[in-house]
Amino acid sequence: MATGTKQTFPAGIGVEFQQVEKRYGVRFALRGISLRIAAGESVGLVGANGSGKTTLLKVAARLIRPSAGKVQFSSAETSVVSMVGHSILLYDDLTADENLVLFARLYGMEGSRERAAAALESAGLGGRGADLVRTFSRGMRQRLSIARALLPGPGLLLLDEPATGLDAAGQQWLGETLARLRAQGCTLLMSTHGRSETHALLTRAVRLEAGQVAKDSGPSGDPQRVLATALAAPQEA
Amino acid sequence: MAQRATSVVESTGPGQRTRAGVHAAETLGVALLLGVAGYAALFIAPTERTMGVIQRIFYFHVPSAWTGFVAFFITFVASIAYLRGRNPKWDRLAVSAAEIGVAFFTVVLITGPIWAKPVWGIWWTWDARLTSSFVLWLLFVCYMLLRTLVDEPERRAVLSAVFGIFASFDIPLVYFSIWFFRTQHPQPVIGAGGSLDPLMRNVLLLCWAALLGVMVLLLRQRYRLETLRHEVEELRTESARRSDSA
Amino acid sequence: MALLRPTTILLGKELRSEFRTRELLTTTWVFVLTVLVLFSFTFDPTQAESRRFGPGLLWLALLFAGSLMLHPSFAREQVNDTLAALRMAPIEPVSIIASKILANLCFLLVAELFLLPIFAVIYNLSLVPILGQLVLVLLLGTLALSTVGTVFSAISSQARMRELLLPLLLLPLLAPALIASTEATRGLLEDPPVLSLPWTGLLAAFDIIFLTVTWLFGEYLLEE
Repeated sequence: MATGTKQTFPAGIGVEFQQVEKRYGVRFALRGISLRIAAGESVGLVGANGSGKTTLLKVAARLIRPSAGKVQFSSAETSVVSMVGHSILLYDDLTADENLVLFARLYGMEGSRERAAAALESAGLGGRGADLVRTFSRGMRQRLSIARALLPGPGLLLLDEPATGLDAAGQQWLGETLARLRAQGCTLLMSTHGRSETHALLTRAVRLEAGQVAKDSGPSGDPQRVLATALAAPQEA
Repeated sequence: MAQRATSVVESTGPGQRTRAGVHAAETLGVALLLGVAGYAALFIAPTERTMGVIQRIFYFHVPSAWTGFVAFFITFVASIAYLRGRNPKWDRLAVSAAEIGVAFFTVVLITGPIWAKPVWGIWWTWDARLTSSFVLWLLFVCYMLLRTLVDEPERRAVLSAVFGIFASFDIPLVYFSIWFFRTQHPQPVIGAGGSLDPLMRNVLLLCWAALLGVMVLLLRQRYRLETLRHEVEELRTESARRSDSA
Repeated sequence: MALLRPTTILLGKELRSEFRTRELLTTTWVFVLTVLVLFSFTFDPTQAESRRFGPGLLWLALLFAGSLMLHPSFAREQVNDTLAALRMAPIEPVSIIASKILANLCFLLVAELFLLPIFAVIYNLSLVPILGQLVLVLLLGTLALSTVGTVFSAISSQARMRELLLPLLLLPLLAPALIASTEATRGLLEDPPVLSLPWTGLLAAFDIIFLTVTWLFGEYLLEE
């Protein structure tokens, strides 16, 4: 972490889903999901494709409005909810620097240029600030996307298969970054698909099946079993 | 679940006969009113001096436009109500009213030329009211076209509600701009200008009342159709859901 | 004002994006020019006729060009789902739309300013004495096109047949603005030039009404 840029770490945000449903016409993406995640937990979300993981994350990010039920957050402070999505959520036609400065400014952060530079440095993209995102490799784009999500110092970080596209070094960096966030009290909700360095730091695992909670290791249970059985189960193509 | 499929249940339940009776009475009433209005337009209203018998079409041409406005106003209000509350019944009302509005304006666009040809010798003049009706007709046809191009029901409702609101605010602008344009570049006018003989005015209002009756009947039927479609979908979803978890 | 700051930031982003590629600007400009030239084949412009037809053709060409060029406005945000990133930021959703309206206004105005001298040459018109008033009418008319066009770009980007849908929705709705702009421009090309207050007023009213409606209801278009 670069020195000189003072960042405050807000307390983690807890999120509670109350009978959340999301339907698209006749198709139910989420059916009656009730789940409470306390501040500071690191929750892994597993399940086959189409089980509702992405939809649940987007509902938590307030990108999708539930058809029924509510989502409540435990912190009303200026804590931020951030997301690493399926897409990289960055502008191809702008440079890495310009992208990060843009989002820093939108989040009302002081010293946007310095923060952007620091974030690039942390992501191992230090020398590439002036390059267009379009020119980045898959792995670099993913790193930059994660860096963008971390920029405002989130209290709740939602991640949709964040290890996708990352090489071994990238996955290690991701694991270290998430461990650091966790130590700072940030709540993590991460959907995962396959083995990853990041599994070791999870405190809880939830398995979704056809839009419902099939298995939940609970706040004090052992997540590894749920993770193992889920990953061993046949995945849809 | 049975709660939601009320219309389907109702249409086959015990109260059906009474309601069918009421519906029939209302339809008969409107038909009667329409008949009276038609008779009045053809025989009671005085013959217009310059245009002769063909002018009588004015008694349906003008009120059709007014009725169309009422229908589009309903779409406007229903669109706003939907955006606020997200209750699908407002969306169903909006689309039903829009369709009926288009139907009435189609009548306007057909009766206009029918009137114009014998009087002016041409099928179409860019008369202010006719042109505005044409633009309005286009606008709400676009509303319906937009709906066919969005598959997901909630997105379709939201997008068409916003478009419907824009289109509604455009209505006065369309009329004013075209009317003002015509004052600067005059053309043969199809609508009757100047003050109206009191008997003519009364016949006109009578015809409007009849058309409003027709509109209400059509609207109710169309809305009911939309509700039934919605409930069939709900039942289909529910049965799929049950067979999934069975 | 909570709206001003994010709108400005995003406007900067829009302009920066466009000036890097300049795709929209060049294609718009070339398109309008082509349409103008083609129109002159269909309607052979002698002096008197060009004063009659010229304004209408100019605005029609702009309308067509605009309805094509406004489409990428929101379609671009679908590429890497950047719209989601903007929506998650703590900003008023309407500022996203407002920034695009302003950006599209800039692009269209730049294209028009290049076009005016060429238009004047092709149709043999002297624009210098009326330049200030002409710019006012251009501004109001282009704002109408940009406002409604940007909002409808948000709508059409979520529907099928999106490239065709945008002009389809746009043209009937803009009819009053087209009439008003054309008449106002025609008034300025008369001898002596007259700035028609009713028509200019109608354009201003059009802009105010639809900017307000956008402000009230625009955010619903950004939902997923």
